[in-house]
This record gives sequence, C-alpha cells and structure tokens, in this order.
Amino acid sequence: MLEKQINTFKKYRFLLVELVKKGIKLKYRRSYLGILWTLLEPLLTTCVLTLVFGTFFGRDDKTFPVYILTGRLLYSFFSGGTKAAMKSIRQHAGMIKKVYVPKYIYPLSSVLFNFIIFVISLIVLVGATLVFGVYPNKWVITSLLPLVMLLLLTLGVGMILSTMSVFFRDLEYLWDVALMLIMYTCAIFYKTKTMEKTGHAWIFKLNPLYAIIKIFRDAIYGRSMFADPYWVIMPAVVSVLSVLIGVALFKKHQDNFILHI
Amino acid sequence: MAKYAIEVNNVGMKFNLSQEKLDSLKEYVIKMVKGELKYNEFWALKNVSFKVEKGDRVGILGLNGAGKSTLLKVIAGVFKPTEGQVIRHGRLVPLLELGAGFDSQYTGAENIYLYSAVLGYPKSFVDEKFDEIVKFAELEKFIDVPIKNYSSGMKTRLGFSIATQVEPDILILDEVLSVGDAKFRKKSEAKIMSMFKSEVTVLFVSHSLDQVKRLCNKAILLEHGQLVAAGSIDEVAKIYEEKTK
Repeated sequence: MLEKQINTFKKYRFLLVELVKKGIKLKYRRSYLGILWTLLEPLLTTCVLTLVFGTFFGRDDKTFPVYILTGRLLYSFFSGGTKAAMKSIRQHAGMIKKVYVPKYIYPLSSVLFNFIIFVISLIVLVGATLVFGVYPNKWVITSLLPLVMLLLLTLGVGMILSTMSVFFRDLEYLWDVALMLIMYTCAIFYKTKTMEKTGHAWIFKLNPLYAIIKIFRDAIYGRSMFADPYWVIMPAVVSVLSVLIGVALFKKHQDNFILHI
Repeated sequence: MAKYAIEVNNVGMKFNLSQEKLDSLKEYVIKMVKGELKYNEFWALKNVSFKVEKGDRVGILGLNGAGKSTLLKVIAGVFKPTEGQVIRHGRLVPLLELGAGFDSQYTGAENIYLYSAVLGYPKSFVDEKFDEIVKFAELEKFIDVPIKNYSSGMKTRLGFSIATQVEPDILILDEVLSVGDAKFRKKSEAKIMSMFKSEVTVLFVSHSLDQVKRLCNKAILLEHGQLVAAGSIDEVAKIYEEKTK
C-alpha cells in the first residue's frame, strides 16, 4: 500500500515540479520587475508599517523594522499559502475532471510554490538585520525549527481548507476574515507588552502562528527559544496535528470532489 | 501476464442530483435544520461487468445519456465507482477532452511540459520528444506564444500531438477522430491507425456506427446505465440498429 503510494508519487513528481514552477512563473509574468517583487513587496510594506507603528506612534527602537519584517514575512507566507491551497482544487477543476492525477498534488504544489517565494524573500531579512544592527549569533540555526513548523502548519491548514471549500465555497470569504483576526493576534507590528498590561496576553498562548513568529524572532535576535518550552512545544504539536487532520480529511473526501466542482 | 487488459466488475456509479445547487454553508445549514436536504439518487451506471482482452478494439454504443462517457471516465480513473471495481493492466492513455490541462497564460512550449506532466510522462521523455510534438502539431512558429492567443484548432492539435506521443497499452478515445481541419484529421486518423497496428487495446466511443464498425472488432451496448449486449461488433451493431429504429 505504502509502496504503491510512493510509486505514484514518483510518477507524478514531475507534475509537482511543473505546477510549482507554473505558480512562480505566472505570479510575476507581465510585470516589469518580475521576481524582484518577492523582495520589494515585503520591503515596501515594512517601510509603511515602520512609518505608521514606529514613527507615528513614537517608538524609538532602532531594530523595530526587523521585528516587523520577521512577523510580516512569516504571516504572509501562511496567509498566501493557505489561500492558494484552498483555491487549488477549484482552480484545477478542468484537469481533475478529465485526467486522473493524485489530487493532493494540487494543494501541495500551491503551498510549496509559496514557500519557495517566501524563502527567497528571506534575503530581505538578512539585509535588514545588517542595516538595523541586529547581529544573530549561534542561535540563528534554531530558526529552521519554526520554518519547518510553519511549512507543516500551512500545509495542514491548507489541506483542511481545500477539502472544505470544495463543498462550501463561502469558506473563501470566511477565511479572509479569519486571517484578519489571526493577523491582529500575531503581534506583527506591535509588542506584546501592551496586551500584557490589559491582561489579554492569553490570546497569544492559543495562537500557534504567533508562537512560531515568536520563536523565529528569538532565533534571529540571538536568544534561546527554549527558555520557555511552551512556545516550542505548542506550535510543534499543533502543526503536526494539522497535517494529520488535513491528510485524513482530504483522503476521506477526495473521491467526492469531482461531484462538486 | 494477465489475459485481460481491462476488467470491469459490477461497476455502479451513483450521482446525487440535489434539486437546487447548494454550495453555501448558510443554505446547507438552513436546509439541514429544516430537514429539507433532498437528493435525487441517479445511477449513471449499474451492475456493469465486462472484460476486454488484450488487443481487442471495443466500441461502446448507446444513446445519449446511456452512460458511455461516465463509463470511460470510470475506466480512466477520473471517477471512482460507487460500487464494484475496475482493474487495468498496462499504461492507459485517455484521449478524452484534449488539452484539458492547458494553462492559457502559458506558452505552447511550457504547456507541452505541463500537459505531459499531467499525463504522467517523465521529463526525460518530453525532452526527447519535444521537437516531434511541435512538428506533428504544425506549431513551429507559434510555440512561444501564450496559448490564450491560439485558435481552438491549434489547441486541440497540440493536445492530440502530446497525448499520442507514448505507446499506450490501453487507448481511450471519445469522439476525437474529428480533430482539426480536414488535413489534420487525415493525419490524426493515420496516427491512431498506426497505434492500432501494435498490440494496443482500444475503447472507442462514437455516435457514428460506420466509424465504430470500421475500427472495432468487438462492442458493448449500454442502455440507461445497464449493459444490454456485449460481443462481436456485428451482433451488437445489429441490436443497436434495431433499438435506434
């Protein structure tokens, strides 16, 4: 059974590569700067956010742009990846209706192509740490851990959403709203101290994406993320769980997709 | 080696035709609470069993709505049957709707790779056959143009050319012998005929009885999703002609 699965995957590996390539190529086709936008876009939004939340709100923390950038990069991969995965089944309806292809290829390729763009955009972060005087130390190696968790979480949530949105198209709109809530509870452009003062800091403890962003920042700022193990264990468990649920749900319903698209 | 290329065992395919199309959560919940979720069950195929020997060319006959296309899609693996199972031996190439996997923003060349990947060909194979595909489709001049600027004839030519590059063990044809203009039609028929010469098993759907008689040696007849006759082409064609009178 497993062997058969692996063989099918091998056969369609080329398709996975092609779909990932297609995603990247078409995203920036017909724009003059092309793939450069991967770097420019986070750079420009960080400028705006720094201007608004740093300068206007009078915060004199020199490294604040790095703080914003880390949060924003991770969040926008999560939001872009889950959205793309959610729409992937409907987007490829034409193919699904006519040719047999293992269907998980579609959400998987959507998440992977967003991940590649995300990894490229991390170059901006490297530049920003140098410019704003954040000097990572040995702990920077641990930043791989939150990145793996983030990939798993996005894939898991993406699989769940792609299955559900086949049956309920409204989900696309609902998810936009949910993403907004997630964004504001991720402490992307504010520090958590304000929330602690009002006694609402427990919200962060429930948000796996915030935990991932937090430990990623720890790694970049040269701190140990294991000081409070909760922030490592919680997102690790949630992301593995989300993949398990996503795969199980997808597997259970994939044969019915064709009757609904 | 198995004697049969395709074994269809007791296949049934059920569709739930909901009276109204429900695809919003709100509507679904409201209807569920009210207990108004009604479906019309519809069996497009029911208890269909037959076996196709290697090298047989089988015509599938039946009136509109008899379940011919559903059967082909079940055999191609696009639909998973509600009941029963289909066993296939060998590489199957469906020539159902050509170019279904094309992306309109992609150029012809990029689409050759994409569509080949959809059909499950390895990359090395496409690299090798690329020129042949372009040449057969007669698109040398337009291969770097986005496909949205292609005419529908150009698209089907490209799709046909890609899909027929492999030597399949099982070939599924759904009215594709009418591809493109007269010149290309001749060429595509010759191509398919050349595939027939090798030990390929063919499933063929067409409304033209003459064409089926010309190409096939066996046939099955479907009526309302049930198999009513199977056997040599002459016997089945006779029954079919009587039914259509």
